[in-house]
Amino acid sequence: MPDTPYLIAAVLVTAAVTWGLRALPFAVLAPLRASSTVQYLSTRMPAGIMVILVVYCLRDLPLTEPRVLAPSAALAVTVGLHLWRRNALLSILGGTAVHVLLASTVLRS
Amino acid sequence: MGLGFVPLGIAYGVLVTHSGVDWWWTALSSAVIYGGSFEFLLIGMVTAAAPLGAIAVSAFLVNVRHVFYALSFPLDRVRGRLGRTYSTFALSDEAYALTAAEQARSWSSRRILWLQLFMHLYWAGGATAGALLGSLIPDSVTALDFALTALFTVLALDAVRDRRGDLPTPVLALLSALAARLVYPSQMLLVAFALFTAGLLARHVMTGRNTTSGNTTRRKPSHA
Repeated sequence: MPDTPYLIAAVLVTAAVTWGLRALPFAVLAPLRASSTVQYLSTRMPAGIMVILVVYCLRDLPLTEPRVLAPSAALAVTVGLHLWRRNALLSILGGTAVHVLLASTVLRS
Repeated sequence: MGLGFVPLGIAYGVLVTHSGVDWWWTALSSAVIYGGSFEFLLIGMVTAAAPLGAIAVSAFLVNVRHVFYALSFPLDRVRGRLGRTYSTFALSDEAYALTAAEQARSWSSRRILWLQLFMHLYWAGGATAGALLGSLIPDSVTALDFALTALFTVLALDAVRDRRGDLPTPVLALLSALAARLVYPSQMLLVAFALFTAGLLARHVMTGRNTTSGNTTRRKPSHA
């Protein structure tokens, strides 16, 4: 295990960079918030950004291997449950349970 | 909804313990950094004793997507200096998704802050529990990381449903993501966000700048 000062420094460096990226753009963009272009973007960005994050999570799917079935089935269950019941927690837990079950039993890599 | 963070945090904690790092580091990193996707990558970097400069550059590249959130996160509704400071600190992807969504337009400052605080606690609590129990838990529990995919899937379905009739937006996002994945996989998120933003801007110019924003009954937009 790496030494303690290094481990703490790694956390502090990461935290500073992350917070900076979250906070500073507000100062820079503040004058722009009233513009019609920024308002146009702000109503459409949430849906698109979520779609991009889903694709990002699935970016390393092993498309040619049988174990691709675990995330695929889990995704289908998540979408199916959500379209059916509209209960976010149920959809997330259901999909995750299917993934853990398949990945740890039948589709062990 | 932030409860999805508990299984995800557990997966993170278990991974850290299984990499041979003490449990306190999980508690510290999950509470102080609070940026899940990079924390998963950071485990590999610290166990390989990567230089701090390399960690800073990687953190910047993975988290630079947050710059886009400043365009639509409702920070103007959060009151107080301390509240605003915390709100920007705890601006995770999930907090952004929940607070920038259509149904959150009427949320008060308190409601936004409590939501962010609870998500932060779920993440740090799940991670610490996972780290403490890590040695008792089999490796297969790392499959819990699917909770992140499931969470974004649910948020995407809700967000797309909120903008009924606006099919070009999710289609444009999907194409941007796939193009970024194929052309620039190492910086996929940043490239995808940039393509998507550029596409939206192009569409805005093409459909006429006088289109009222946020108006779901507006005329059918042309494809960008």
